[in-house]
Amino acid sequence: MLEPKSKSHIRLPWNSLGLVAVLIVLILFFGLMSEYFFSAVTFRTLVNQIPALTVIAVGMTFVLLIAGIDLSVGSVMALCAAVMGVLIIDQQTSIAIALISALLVGLACGAANGFVSAKWRIPSFVVTLGMLEIARGGAYLVTNSETKYLGESVGFIGSPIAGLGISAALIAAILVVVIAQWVLSKTLFGRYMIAIGTNEEAVRLSGVNPLFWKVLVFALAGLLAGLGGIFQLGYLQSADPNAGIGLELAAIAAVVIGGTSLSGGRGSVVNSFLGVLIIAVMQAGLAQLGVSEPSKRIITGLVIIVAVLFDQFREPLGRLFQKKRAA
Amino acid sequence: MLLQIKNLNKSFAVPVLKNLNFELQKGEVHALLGSNGAGKSTLCNIISGIYTADSGSFEYCGQPYTPSSLQAAETLGICMVMQELNLFPTLSVAENLYFRSMSDRFGIVQHQAIQQRAIKALQTVGLNYIDPAQPLSQLGVGQQQLIEIASVLQRNIKLLILDEPTSALTGPQIDLLFEQIIQLKKQGIGVIYISHRMDEMSRIADRVSILRDGELVATEATTDISTDRMVQLMAGDESTSIDKKESISQPCVQSDSTLLKVENFSRRTKNQSGGDSGFEDISFNLRAGEVLGIGGLIGSGRTELLRAIFGADQAHAGYIRLASDEFKVQRIMKSPTEAISHGIGMLVEDRKSQGLLLSHSVSKNISFAILDRLTSKLGLVDQSTEQDLAMSMKKKLGIQYNSSQQPISSLSGGNQQKALLARWLAIEFSILLLDEPSRGVDARAKSQIQTLIRELAAMGKAIIVVSSETQELLKVSDRIAVMSNGRLAGIFNADELSEEKLLEASFCFYSSEGNQLETTNART
Repeated sequence: MLEPKSKSHIRLPWNSLGLVAVLIVLILFFGLMSEYFFSAVTFRTLVNQIPALTVIAVGMTFVLLIAGIDLSVGSVMALCAAVMGVLIIDQQTSIAIALISALLVGLACGAANGFVSAKWRIPSFVVTLGMLEIARGGAYLVTNSETKYLGESVGFIGSPIAGLGISAALIAAILVVVIAQWVLSKTLFGRYMIAIGTNEEAVRLSGVNPLFWKVLVFALAGLLAGLGGIFQLGYLQSADPNAGIGLELAAIAAVVIGGTSLSGGRGSVVNSFLGVLIIAVMQAGLAQLGVSEPSKRIITGLVIIVAVLFDQFREPLGRLFQKKRAA
Repeated sequence: MLLQIKNLNKSFAVPVLKNLNFELQKGEVHALLGSNGAGKSTLCNIISGIYTADSGSFEYCGQPYTPSSLQAAETLGICMVMQELNLFPTLSVAENLYFRSMSDRFGIVQHQAIQQRAIKALQTVGLNYIDPAQPLSQLGVGQQQLIEIASVLQRNIKLLILDEPTSALTGPQIDLLFEQIIQLKKQGIGVIYISHRMDEMSRIADRVSILRDGELVATEATTDISTDRMVQLMAGDESTSIDKKESISQPCVQSDSTLLKVENFSRRTKNQSGGDSGFEDISFNLRAGEVLGIGGLIGSGRTELLRAIFGADQAHAGYIRLASDEFKVQRIMKSPTEAISHGIGMLVEDRKSQGLLLSHSVSKNISFAILDRLTSKLGLVDQSTEQDLAMSMKKKLGIQYNSSQQPISSLSGGNQQKALLARWLAIEFSILLLDEPSRGVDARAKSQIQTLIRELAAMGKAIIVVSSETQELLKVSDRIAVMSNGRLAGIFNADELSEEKLLEASFCFYSSEGNQLETTNART
């Protein structure tokens, strides 16, 4: 009776360990190359930059799991931050109301993405590409194309908590990762997501309506983009309508490095988080080495491709690994 | 001697083929028989170069032969038609037939030329009414299977492997295929023939080799061995006696309580070539405790009818009435969810594309339709109840697997099918629709599934079985409805129906319109 129970725990498959290994190697590498890298300041700066990307990557993991894609998250994030900024600065609303409004805007954008693509069977690539433009336009519209400076009033979100060194946003983001991984591996919703990504027709013929669950996944991705917007706004202490351009690609890159399949049915939230960390460490490390911005982008691009190559040969490698362990 | 194999061994973690000896003469049809997992497909995959053997010696046309790849085997004239279709649905029939030789040396597709050649190729498999310019996707599964065979026949072959070529074919299509095989024999081509249909063995094969658990248990001339003996050899110690099988055709206790009334049910869809598909004006009653078989040719609307009752597609006209509504409500099911909530379940025709969740474990596949009931208010799946369900189904249906965490993709076809049946047994159904329940399933699993169908009926469930195998229909059904060209040709009592009568009924609505059908299909 003990054996199946231990199996039902959240397993750390060897590719999780592989990602942790890559992360450690990267940290050691940059530590050796740059004398400033191994410092509390570096790590504090690094981890307090990632909350927005983290929660957006969580949403993206769910979307890729059901074999969809969401290109609109960067723009939706900017729109939500813009709405929040305008409410606080121009409308003088309370921060709580502004927060909730930002989340609702994200939820609405995501739900619209999901409903249009699932109901009328339009590829989510196209629908969210449309939303990418719509939300960006919306962000310019509500802010009059100006950055809204909020100052200390929202500092509690993104500034490091005294004595702890990490921000409330980071704690919230890690909480989101943990909850999302639990949802994925333990709940009905998680099971249905994997099943829809594997064989949607079989799901339908088993009496489960995929429409509801697909809309829910996109709505969640939108909600998390909204949350990302709040984190971003707290970090920058301003609402910039130009924020998050290209963020959807960074999120997809992190998720793909984490080994989630673009064709659906396979993925892990924890691994996506490790993907986010790998990207963040690389960005910070390369910057400290004085690598120029263009070179940084080239290197990041190569890492993404290599990661997917590894993933492609994951199973044969995994078998080799298991054989060695057995021997 | 065309092919001689000695002491062949192959294992995938566990031994799959053990010291196997096999030979094939020129012009011989050599059948391979065995349960799923007995090693037939592995043997054929080795001969055709897809897998390499661990040990053993091969001789082909008097030369030592070490097949290194599918391409290498093909250049030596060894071709295999696989169970799964390897075709391109969006390309035309002609492009599929000449996929590797459709262009000139500049890469321009020679539409005219390949269509001319395709007309001849189509004649060889009796599909002369098909327009070669038509997209392949407009053809039925049986027709597609014939296209695949036709494309292999175009090549220069010496050894042909056919892996269950008739599983999707109807009687006349099988006759045509067999004529082609006889032609191949005359040309000295050796044929390795895999099938689960026993009656085909004596019809087409010269010799039959029976495999069990990776070992060759017998090679006999088909004239020297009876069907009963073949089944015994395949099953080994747990011999399936034929009497037991026949006893299941005894009608069980029948109540008069009708569960389902289907009235003037219709769904017609035009495909792009102008041909009709679907069904029209179907009416029948289904009683508790009975098995209603549905016979007819492939494409006669049987699958479409089941799907519409289940709500997978919506009917265009007519309705069904259910005992649970006291037959007062005229219903057209809008979704499978709605049908399931009224106690209707359906086992789909194509388990891979419509039934299985291949990346999920066996237990997750079994529990899927009732997963919401295994879930707490928080949304948490109760995994221990899920395991218990899998265990009880494993015992009840004799599903063979090592761990319920094993992915379902690693199971044999028969066990996959049983797991899907278990998915429906887990819901509280009163009506179960089964579309080709024993397709691609080994003989033992097949008889187990058939017995299960009778047991369910004895428990008072109402069951509809669509099958292309006349023997199976006669064996499991109380009554048999025969569909022909989308219409109901009649409903017969199973014990009064002969194979000839069934076939006659299957054709009755084609005959008067037969020519018309051909012309509409040939038009683009």
